[in-house]
Amino acid sequence: MAWFKKEKSTIPKKVKVPEGLWVKCNSCKEIIYRKELDKNLKVCPKCNYHFRISAKERISLLADEGSFNEIGENLASSDPLNFKDQIPYKQRLSESFSKTNIREAAIAGNTLIGGNPVMLVVLDFAFMGGSMGSVVGEKFAIAAEMAGEKEIPLLSVASSGGARMQEGIVSLMQMAKTSAAISKFKEKSAPYISILADPTFGGVSASFAMLGDIIFAEPKSLIGFAGARVIEQTIKQQLPENFQTAEFLLEHGMIDMIVNRKDLRQTIIRLLFLTTHVKSA
Amino acid sequence: MRYYLDFEKPVADLENKIEELKHLARGKDVDITSEIKKLEKKALTLRADIFSKLTPWQKTLLSRHSERPHTSDYIKLIMEDFIELHGDRKFSDDSAIIGGFARFQGMPVAVIGHEKGRSTKERIERNFGQANPEGYRKALRIMKLAERFGKPIITLIDTPGAYPGIGAEERGQSEAIANNLFEMFRLSTPIISVVIGEGGSGGALALSIGDRLLMMEHSVYSVISPEGCAAILWKKDNAELGQKEYETASEALKITAQDLYELGINDEIITEPLGGAHNDHQETAKMLKKALETHIAELTETPLDSLLKKRYNKFRGIGALQEQAAY
Ligand SMILES: [Zn+2]
Repeated sequence: MAWFKKEKSTIPKKVKVPEGLWVKCNSCKEIIYRKELDKNLKVCPKCNYHFRISAKERISLLADEGSFNEIGENLASSDPLNFKDQIPYKQRLSESFSKTNIREAAIAGNTLIGGNPVMLVVLDFAFMGGSMGSVVGEKFAIAAEMAGEKEIPLLSVASSGGARMQEGIVSLMQMAKTSAAISKFKEKSAPYISILADPTFGGVSASFAMLGDIIFAEPKSLIGFAGARVIEQTIKQQLPENFQTAEFLLEHGMIDMIVNRKDLRQTIIRLLFLTTHVKSA
Repeated sequence: MRYYLDFEKPVADLENKIEELKHLARGKDVDITSEIKKLEKKALTLRADIFSKLTPWQKTLLSRHSERPHTSDYIKLIMEDFIELHGDRKFSDDSAIIGGFARFQGMPVAVIGHEKGRSTKERIERNFGQANPEGYRKALRIMKLAERFGKPIITLIDTPGAYPGIGAEERGQSEAIANNLFEMFRLSTPIISVVIGEGGSGGALALSIGDRLLMMEHSVYSVISPEGCAAILWKKDNAELGQKEYETASEALKITAQDLYELGINDEIITEPLGGAHNDHQETAKMLKKALETHIAELTETPLDSLLKKRYNKFRGIGALQEQAAY
């Protein structure tokens, strides 16, 4: 089998390969045919590395077809600090929109998963590193409140570098806001399922992402509070091999399960049944 | 010898000159009283002038001043009969956070705060006020006791941030902080938080969910340190960055008590004595005590269910939103 695959992925010499037809795996460095990767839900067929996927791809992976209704899709940050780095924050937002075709780093809505009504919030790392500012916080809070009112499960998929620096203290307060919303939601008996995808750090991991009643992570995702570089600079030591991977978190009792992308939807459906179904007559 | 910050140098020079003059005149038959009075008045004006236009970066440096009153100082100055409690009952005791019960104006309260330590030895022991997960868990344990015993909670914030270490990650730094945020929205007792020095990101937030947020005049509270922000903005290591970049970053981040008041984050700014809290611990503590008295009185009169609703709404309402994106 190995020789066959290798031959298949060998680029013939002197033949020009159209840009983007092949992808190099971040983990095993294997060159993969993009169509093959897409067919495999963007998971490396060689080493099971889970590539980052967009919020829209994630939603189509999890939601019953045609059932997703987005909420707050036009919400935008009003730039509370009038922040400017190399470029003004407002410009960065509109450039991110042009790049990703989504207006913010989170998409939220109500949907069905295996026929179960669920409120779903998905972060998109491609939009400013999935960072949480006012809009991400607000969308999460609205979703949690709606889930609470309807007493239906709340599901989130995190993929974020943390709080959005460009919104300063207002972004820090979104950690509080999302945690408050979860606190209220958990007065009801519906579950909050939190899924951690690569990467989940800082203000996102230290708020809603780690507050799931049940927490799943995708294989080899990097998850933590502080970035590895900051830790290394602080302690001036080499970090352990699998430090801050999903496997490391599982080993230390921080998450419930590592779930392959291909099994994610089915595992959620099973869990929804077990946690929400009322005793049948 | 007093420790002066760079921008205090003109005052320091003048004050040293006054001391010198006094020394020279000692035992000699010259009257320089009026000369000294004049210089002292000048020093006061100069100090007032410098402190009336501090930049956000200068305030950051002030907020970190090692002579500023810390949590343990305030406990000694404004409370009586403090009994410190230790340990999270899960892993260990984190001395970067201290907490326990004490009497405030005769009334029993829970008091919890970051403690940076002052001497080099103590600063190392206390990890410079950077807590590990067990610190936040100890704090929550004490807060839950306060709730059960029906005592108000006062938290004092003074930390560069949560500790970035291997053990901290292994033991769930994210979970510990997140869980404090979550639980503090449910604590059925008044909570007042005061940023007394440095409010460093998630590590500060983990003790600051409450009914009131007060900030000392020269304190800061930020999602990221000016140094961290500058490193991101200029994509450089801190070795290559300096005061100029930190000035720009701290200005952009809006981190001072005054900036945050304008953003509607804190409820009150507590005035410090001229020249900053480190110049006069007694006077600073008096100001803090007065502010706490007022807020505790208001909060203890509020029915608990409406207190919790207000707490929820306060944080639920924070966000800078527009209904329709311009892009
Ligand atoms: Zn691979």
